[in-house]
Amino acid sequence: MPRTGEITFRKRSANGTRIQETLIRWVLLACASISVLTTIAVVGTLFEESFAFFRVVPLSEFLFGTQWTPTLLPRHFGILPLLAGTLMIALTSSLIAIPFGLGSAVYLSEYAPRKVRRVLKPILEILAGIPSIVFGFFALTFITPILQRLIPSTQVFNALSAGLAVGIMIIPLVASISEDAMAAVPDSMRKGAFALGATRMEVTTGIVIPAAISGIGASFILAVSRAIGETMIVAIAAGQSPVLTGNPLNSIQTMTGFMVNLSLGDIQQGTIEYKTVFAVGSMLFLMTFAMNLMARLTIRRYKEARK
Amino acid sequence: MAVKVNVEHVDFWYGDLHALKDLTFDVPEKSITALIGPSGCGKTTFLKLMNRMNDFIPGTRATGKLIYHDRNIISYDVDVVELRMKIGMVFQKPNPFPKSVYENVIYGPKRHGVKRKADLDLLVEKSLRQASLWDEAKDILNRSAMTLSGGQQQRLCIARCLAMEPDVLLMDEPTSALDPTSTQFIEDLLVRLKEDYTILIVTHNMQQAARISEKTAFFLLGEVIEFGDTREIFLNAKNPTTERYISGRFG
Ligand SMILES: Nc1ncnc2c1ncn2[C@@H]1O[C@H](COP(=O)(O)OP(=O)(O)OP(=O)(O)O)[C@@H](O)[C@H]1O
Ligand SMILES: [Mg+2]
Repeated sequence: MPRTGEITFRKRSANGTRIQETLIRWVLLACASISVLTTIAVVGTLFEESFAFFRVVPLSEFLFGTQWTPTLLPRHFGILPLLAGTLMIALTSSLIAIPFGLGSAVYLSEYAPRKVRRVLKPILEILAGIPSIVFGFFALTFITPILQRLIPSTQVFNALSAGLAVGIMIIPLVASISEDAMAAVPDSMRKGAFALGATRMEVTTGIVIPAAISGIGASFILAVSRAIGETMIVAIAAGQSPVLTGNPLNSIQTMTGFMVNLSLGDIQQGTIEYKTVFAVGSMLFLMTFAMNLMARLTIRRYKEARK
Repeated sequence: MAVKVNVEHVDFWYGDLHALKDLTFDVPEKSITALIGPSGCGKTTFLKLMNRMNDFIPGTRATGKLIYHDRNIISYDVDVVELRMKIGMVFQKPNPFPKSVYENVIYGPKRHGVKRKADLDLLVEKSLRQASLWDEAKDILNRSAMTLSGGQQQRLCIARCLAMEPDVLLMDEPTSALDPTSTQFIEDLLVRLKEDYTILIVTHNMQQAARISEKTAFFLLGEVIEFGDTREIFLNAKNPTTERYISGRFG
């Protein structure tokens, strides 16, 4: 048994250590590369098929056309009905997720006693882990019947029900990211405001939220981008009607809804239907990519402002 | 000297820790009372009891009386928002808001009804001058307070507190982060302010306590071992421990 205070070092050859370290570095690099390479491959395929699509369909028809009938003759490839459907879902879900998410975050970070917070925060995170298909059936079998009872003209498949379900699903996302941003505001700032006779609400709105605004903003953007990309709920509950409508009680179709729908049927590689899926996918990718980029930029700006 | 706050048999606990023990003394108005004593003896705790900032710490408990304008500060029915407008506090560590210098100063007054731009402008200049920050800050009023130096931040916090024109000022080692010149300014400021304000200041600087205060309370392990005229305490303390602490032969 070694005497206390005496440390023995294992002898290693300097060369062996160096080889080992180099090996580890390469293995780790390979791990990191896999996701990068996959992304490049996916985006590559997406754009390649999209280019093939645009050789047949003019970009202007795709972007500005108001009819979407890619599988029916005469074929029309105007994406606006799908875009409108997607935006309708994004809007309704944001109207739910942003206020309730921010409200939960404020409660958890500023009002909740420590014990309550310790219980609620994990529950919120469990909610974030529920598969979206569950929310889809929740929309169809629970929200829609309620809507139909309230407003009888509501269709079985409709944008509102799906939008509400998407909204409920992303509340935890907004709440969790906003709460992290608010919890990162140093307590001494709150104390400073309290000592000047501010109420808890004034401290929240005047000090904590402004100090955490970029994190909160980022959570909103991520939520919207999540809503745009959501597939399962809209495929189940929103319908399959790619028509331009302003009525959220009607059946609609979103970009993701269209893609999943077409992919389920058997489509031949190389056909125009096949290429259409990729064109819509590219559009979707560009939208969510832009949103995520915005979220990143706001977070970066927030970090710089804090320096 | 008339009495501003009567401290009568005040006890305070952080959970099981008996942090303040049977404090009894009178804080005279329009004067400076220095709270001195070794680290961890309860000075900050006492200060925070005066404007109820200890309310935020779960598991704390206070008994006894802190009589201020015929009300017991410690009792539950005191409106703490109103209390904190009257009893302002400067913290041990500077804690400016992540807002502009200007907005930091007007945070309190704006919340309590001062709305006109001209009034706010005047208030900002006056408060910053009082805190001897005006010359450095007048050209950067719109810059984030987070970009100021530590000492400037502390003077900003003093200005922010003065802008509320409180009745009592609680200062927790306000000059411990400041250079000698700013310290001098702040001391001069406090001496001027005591014409109108009642000031309690925690300090580890014995010369400072001797220079500016009328009364001194010597804290030791949660008790006030000695309270009296600063002159008296510094020239011939009754308690030998006080005497040893003041002369730097403590511990
Ligand atoms: N939030 C808290 N929870 C539990 N105990 C605390 C808390 N704050 C202070 N204490 C304890 O109360 C005692 C008094 O602390 P206090 O901060 O009042 O000392 P102080 O005299 O201001 O010291 P210093 O000169 O170092 O600032 C210390 O023993 C400290 O550990
Ligand atoms: Mg202290």
